[in-house]
Amino acid sequence: MCLAVPGRLLSVEGDDPAFRLGRVDFCGVKKTVNLAFTPDAEPGEFLLVHVGFALTRIDEEEAHRTYQYLAQIGALAEEGLAPPDPNGFATLAEQGLAP
Amino acid sequence: MKYVDEYRDPKIALAVTGEIARKVTRPWVLMEVCGGQTHTLMRYGIDELLPPAIEMVHGPGCPVCVTPLEMVDRAIRIASLPDVIFTSYGDMLRVPGSESDLFQAKANGADVRVVYSPLDAVKIARTNPNRQVVFFGVGFETTAPANGMAVWQAKREGLRNFSMLVSHVLVPPAMRLILSSPLNRVQGFIAPGHVCTVMGYREYEDLVSEFHVPMVVGGFEPLDLLESISMLVSQLEEGRAEVENQYVRSVNPEGNLAAQNILREVFEVSDRQWRGIGPIAQSGYKLRQEFADFDAERVFDVGDSHAEEPKECISALVLQGLKKPVDCPAFGKRCTPMTPLGAPMVSAEGACAAYYQYRRHATAIA
Repeated sequence: MCLAVPGRLLSVEGDDPAFRLGRVDFCGVKKTVNLAFTPDAEPGEFLLVHVGFALTRIDEEEAHRTYQYLAQIGALAEEGLAPPDPNGFATLAEQGLAP
Repeated sequence: MKYVDEYRDPKIALAVTGEIARKVTRPWVLMEVCGGQTHTLMRYGIDELLPPAIEMVHGPGCPVCVTPLEMVDRAIRIASLPDVIFTSYGDMLRVPGSESDLFQAKANGADVRVVYSPLDAVKIARTNPNRQVVFFGVGFETTAPANGMAVWQAKREGLRNFSMLVSHVLVPPAMRLILSSPLNRVQGFIAPGHVCTVMGYREYEDLVSEFHVPMVVGGFEPLDLLESISMLVSQLEEGRAEVENQYVRSVNPEGNLAAQNILREVFEVSDRQWRGIGPIAQSGYKLRQEFADFDAERVFDVGDSHAEEPKECISALVLQGLKKPVDCPAFGKRCTPMTPLGAPMVSAEGACAAYYQYRRHATAIA
């Protein structure tokens, strides 16, 4: 229940800190995530997401490893996510969102 | 994927277990508090890789497991009211109350919906202005800021049809209860990594100075746990007791201040009942008076009810690390994940369910 899933922040919308939202890529599945607890997060960074909220920023290598781990233990479905795309996280350029 | 899997590399795992074996000179009893960590330990058989001198006991850190029976009964009662949409994290649906569960309520016609985020529940309230939308707010400190933010947003938007059935619990008071018991056997703790991502670990330093017990804030992957155990063994063998942080990649000493601000604004600390354990003073959150309109227990007259756990269930002892699941005569026989007698068999993160799934062959350890 305390699991958190890593994703890459693609874009940010909104100026109000409490309602600031990010589009986050979870290895192919894109979801909207609340950024109230990571007010400094910027597109391109990796976030650890728990029940729709980013809890902290993590580095890219950690994000990949944790994602594979969660896929292996079958925890992604619990968070409403599909198994990881074999190509890993899309880059911003691939999303048409070059930084 | 290009990244090497070093946190699950068996060679590194063996190196760490070898290091632990070299350091150990006498028996130590260690507890992982978080249910997610219990699950990893069982799934990867980490406790069986350790030298026999290290005994792992499993803590109460599974929010689904410790949500009181009465609260599940209240959830079912609210969900069954006409014009209510009851929303919940998926894990809570098959938790048995005293007579039924939320799945059963749904089968009987209640509008029960699984959401992945409390904000999804707020969205449902926005789009269904003529229905009352209730969210089952369970969880430890990891989840409480998200649930708190949902209430905060609902108030700011002036939503009149959203409320939360709050059943939030806190980790440090449960650790204090375990440490204060005259029967306590735990000599070192793995503190929960994501709870500390939110809260930092100052509260754990207080516990360490009070009880002189080492603690290591640990992550959730197999090697995280092995490293945490190794750090605890070093402290114990050297006679040190301090808080160390194994999960540095996510946890800093002060935690997430933005999340803590929302917790303070929306919730106040209150006494809470823990399933299997009983009441623990100042061990959870309730909504502050300013948010009373969003408190489902006030919005709906749910009454006061008391329900008894089955007498045969030894979950109180399991959740405090005093007994192992396999010590229970009902384990795997009258109590299984499909027919749970008590809290730790309910959720996949509960100690009994983890033993049932990965250690059915185990017999009681004398």
